[in-house]
Amino acid sequence: MKYSYYPGCSLERQASAYHQSTMAVARPLNIDLVELEDWNCCGAIEYIAVDLLPAYALISRNLALAANQNGPGNHQLVAPCSACYLNLSKADKYMSDSPELAEKVNIALAAGGLSYTPGTIRTRHLLDVIVNDVGLDAIKERVTNPLYNLRVAPYYGCVVVRPGFNNQFDDTEYPTSMDRLLRTLGAKVIDFPLKSHCCGGHMTQISQGVALELIRRLLKNASDYQADVIVTLCPMCQLNLDAYQDSVNKHFGTDYTIPILYFTQLIGLALGLPATELGFGKEFVDARPALARIGSQPDMTDTAGLRRDKKALPMPRMTGEV
Amino acid sequence: MGTTATTARAPTFFDEVVAETPGDPRLETCLQCGTCGGSCPSGADMDHTPRAIFALIAAGMKDAVLRSNTAWYCVSCYYCMVRCPQEIHITDIMYTLKRMSIKAGLYKDKTSVPEASDFAETFINYVETYGRSFELGLATRYHLLHHPLDMIKMVPLGLGMWRRKRLDLTPRKIEGIQQLQAILTRAKELGGAA
Amino acid sequence: MSEERVGVYVCHCGTNIAKTIDVQDVATWAARQPHVTVARDYKFMCSSLGQEMVEQDITEHGLTRVVVAACSPHMHEKTFQGACERAGLNRFMFEMANIRELNSWTTRDRESATQKAKSMVRGAVERVIHHRPLEMLPVPINPNTLIVGGGIAGITAALDIANAGYHVYLVEREPSIGGHMAQVDKTFPTLDCSACILTPRMVDVGQHPNITLLSYSELEQVDGHVGNFTVRVRKKARFINEALCTGCGDCIEKCPGKALDETFEVGLGYRKAVYKPFPQAVPKYPVIDPESCIFFQRGKCKACEVVCPTHAIDFNQKDEYLQLTVGNIILATGYDLFDARKIPQYGYGRLANVFTSMEFERMVNAAGPTDGQIVLRDGITPPKSVGIIHCVGSRDKHYHEYCSRVCCMYSLKFAHLIHERLPDTEVYNFYIDIRASGKRYEEFYHRVLEEGTHFIRGRVAEVTDAARMPGEEGKLIIQVEDTLIGKQRRIPVDMVILSVGVQSRHDSQEVAQLFGMGCDFNGYFIERHPKLDPVLTMSDGVFIAGACQGPMAIPETVAQAGSAASQVISLISQGTLMMEPIRARINADKCSGCRICNNLCPYYAITFHEDRKVSEVITAMCQGCGACVSACPSSAITGAHFTTEQVMSQIEGILWDVRETIPLMARS
Repeated sequence: MKYSYYPGCSLERQASAYHQSTMAVARPLNIDLVELEDWNCCGAIEYIAVDLLPAYALISRNLALAANQNGPGNHQLVAPCSACYLNLSKADKYMSDSPELAEKVNIALAAGGLSYTPGTIRTRHLLDVIVNDVGLDAIKERVTNPLYNLRVAPYYGCVVVRPGFNNQFDDTEYPTSMDRLLRTLGAKVIDFPLKSHCCGGHMTQISQGVALELIRRLLKNASDYQADVIVTLCPMCQLNLDAYQDSVNKHFGTDYTIPILYFTQLIGLALGLPATELGFGKEFVDARPALARIGSQPDMTDTAGLRRDKKALPMPRMTGEV
Repeated sequence: MGTTATTARAPTFFDEVVAETPGDPRLETCLQCGTCGGSCPSGADMDHTPRAIFALIAAGMKDAVLRSNTAWYCVSCYYCMVRCPQEIHITDIMYTLKRMSIKAGLYKDKTSVPEASDFAETFINYVETYGRSFELGLATRYHLLHHPLDMIKMVPLGLGMWRRKRLDLTPRKIEGIQQLQAILTRAKELGGAA
Repeated sequence: MSEERVGVYVCHCGTNIAKTIDVQDVATWAARQPHVTVARDYKFMCSSLGQEMVEQDITEHGLTRVVVAACSPHMHEKTFQGACERAGLNRFMFEMANIRELNSWTTRDRESATQKAKSMVRGAVERVIHHRPLEMLPVPINPNTLIVGGGIAGITAALDIANAGYHVYLVEREPSIGGHMAQVDKTFPTLDCSACILTPRMVDVGQHPNITLLSYSELEQVDGHVGNFTVRVRKKARFINEALCTGCGDCIEKCPGKALDETFEVGLGYRKAVYKPFPQAVPKYPVIDPESCIFFQRGKCKACEVVCPTHAIDFNQKDEYLQLTVGNIILATGYDLFDARKIPQYGYGRLANVFTSMEFERMVNAAGPTDGQIVLRDGITPPKSVGIIHCVGSRDKHYHEYCSRVCCMYSLKFAHLIHERLPDTEVYNFYIDIRASGKRYEEFYHRVLEEGTHFIRGRVAEVTDAARMPGEEGKLIIQVEDTLIGKQRRIPVDMVILSVGVQSRHDSQEVAQLFGMGCDFNGYFIERHPKLDPVLTMSDGVFIAGACQGPMAIPETVAQAGSAASQVISLISQGTLMMEPIRARINADKCSGCRICNNLCPYYAITFHEDRKVSEVITAMCQGCGACVSACPSSAITGAHFTTEQVMSQIEGILWDVRETIPLMARS
């Protein structure tokens, strides 16, 4: 399966572990990610805070390039970074909904010799492509080193599932695609209630106090649920939780040491790829102690669960029609 | 861009906010239920919750709105927007308020985060020059200007990033930077939310 | 035809028509048209003066036909037909041209509208001169009534009709009547014990000589029309012989099979495989659920059969099909509750101590799964703090945009009950508005305020167990903006109750289709008029009552049920209903016996005579749809009041100003 690939500024250096592990697992998973030529920054959440039309034009240059560079029938652009994914899909959606906006953006694009018809490119998040296009069955077949006993907290962050336009591939409040993926890799997925809460994005630069508190909440919750690792799918989330973990500890007097890894890194490990190919060693909080807990057999004692008390009231049935 | 009834009277601040937001933000349907204020991760730290801001907008209190730190504390997580029972495009309105507060120049006066907009403006400066963002440049320029003392605290982080090969020392530049600049220049001329 | 004398009346309808259509022009123009003797325009034709004007003209000018160009026939056809009749003209020598709904209300273009009005009037005139006098058809009303649904609505209506001396079939799909009201503990605002006020009526229904109670039964098919419906009912097998069962309950006691009771106890309690939904069930006969019965599943046990003193257990019992004939039907099928699983951020299903309102209702009921103890999911610990969240699934474009009307009041009721049972427990109600608009409702709200309930105005953002700070550990935290102080708050509580809204039954569409009825976008049955006819439907003889029409509490339900019952009683006591004679008729001489029409008829109103090899329309069943008329290859079928001549003439009248250029249509 061939896709156009938009790495985004972070994956170039700051989140190179994400890029490296993505490229490493792409081959065994049979996805061909062709990097978009000469792509530019999507503007993150900064450009749109200053000037609307240039912000959309900035994003749309990428959409226009993708439309030109793709062969016929290939209209999918894959973004591993949640913010890029949001920007690309949002711009396309808003231009589709508002012909006036699309017109103005196209006038701007024309100044660069480009044009874009809204609706041409369908932007997908990397997680969506892996879980839904490759499919969990195909992944399971290729797992040679299951991550038994590794307690993982699946952390989605906010904009991969919200606002959930046409490309919505998971629940906006309680997504489960990464949970299912990590289970397929053999890991023990904990029920992480803050899985789609925001890490604060760029708040570390705007107000350290607010930012560190947002990060602390996530670390505390993962720790309360005894997670060995927090698994992310966004470079911003990884940076905040990883690089600022020490600042959080200093500010609040806590002592968290939870490694923050990309889901592609875990896929790589489960597929038997060497850690050196998967960008390990770049994290601030060393992943090695946590990864050492991976066992060769799944621990079944945990799954026995509590013996149901005779007096207890039954829980609501969660399967079936919702 | 809202579909509120055509008005013969002069546009109010409310009308301005709606017009500046792409699509139909549905702000007039606000019930003041407070779901947005309750959901906001940084809501406790804003001087007005998002809901309060909408009440202020409806009351025409432009000054209070554009001086408040609310929009700048918005982390763009979209919880409010997906939970709003009236499907109001809250996050989009927050971006509008950011833009309006920069244009009005009020932010420099009395918000509790007068420098928040500078972060955004510095960011886009690099994008407009190179076509990509440049974190080192952004961090140093922004912090030197606004939080010079904090620079010392940032050094260990910066060093840690560089040691782990997570920091570019020089910016990257795209091939089509002139093309991009032409596009952005034209876009700025056109203006408006459409 | 030339002797026809047509009167044409063009109504202004205030400004509704006159603002867009030049009514005077139309009237003046009409006067010049062929066959028209008199043409007037008038402000309000439907007024008594308007009608008198018509009557007077009929007498003075010897009018033989009347055309009124005004609103929709649905509004006033009967009005003007009545006027004609009073002046001695057969009511069907009248035609209405709808120049309001189909003309002035669709455009602002005065010129086009006026031109169209002229076409419509001319069409009406050319049609009306081909009208024949017709007589209304008397249809006998079968005195039996079918009531679908045995909740408080169905029970009330059944008793009202039965007490009036008429027979009622009450069909209920659950093993017992009582509906949702039987699940409730106390009713607001009086705090009457729900079962205490309901069960006497249930017993009355069970014992009433005029009520045939068909419980544990489903409607399969409905045919016919007002006065004469044929209904097929499937009485599901209880596996208990009702003639022998005394309701002693020995079988229930001995039964080893267990199942989660997801209907009556809403998943909070258990029942046996053979069970009665609740102790005061009417009828008293239990039911065996094959899915949880050890005998049905694995072929062993039969303990109930062994212990039954009257040998009433019958594992071989089959479903029974009954054919009923009734004159009127009342739908009282009730409501479902909103599924809280749809809102993940409230934690229902994931967080143990989040309960729905109905779960709490069962908990607080002395006959419920906890014997009336308010406890956490562990079944033992009473909560020290409870948060009650209003508007769950209501007033929300993602789920139901409407307000469910009853939740504010039952939420206040819960607050009161918690104070009563657990005086030291803190109670928080989280609301957007307090809707307490019934009799003594606001006073009840004040009472709950006086009891020390904490009211926080804010729609809850989330319920979480993710503690942020000390004091939150081990609790459920309700995160909300307290809008009245403009601050975000996190309130730790032990238990959360979600005040879920109401919604239409999951199968309301299917039920409506059985009756040829429609549902609105929210799945509620559509009433004939939301203000004036809330219990009538568009189908004569089919009525609706209670929460199947829209969200409502018990007083409104009982009132609606009484209203539907009185309408039914009125029809039955008239004995005959005069129906419109707009029906099809087959000319036996022309009929070739091809039988194409037989299968086309959606109302099964055409029968075939084997001996004479001709088809015949059963006039009373025919609804005048016209399918057979157009299909008959021999043109042997005429539709009264919609003959080919009449319809074609109308078309030619409409095209009056262009018909020289269009070839005339062939007349058949």
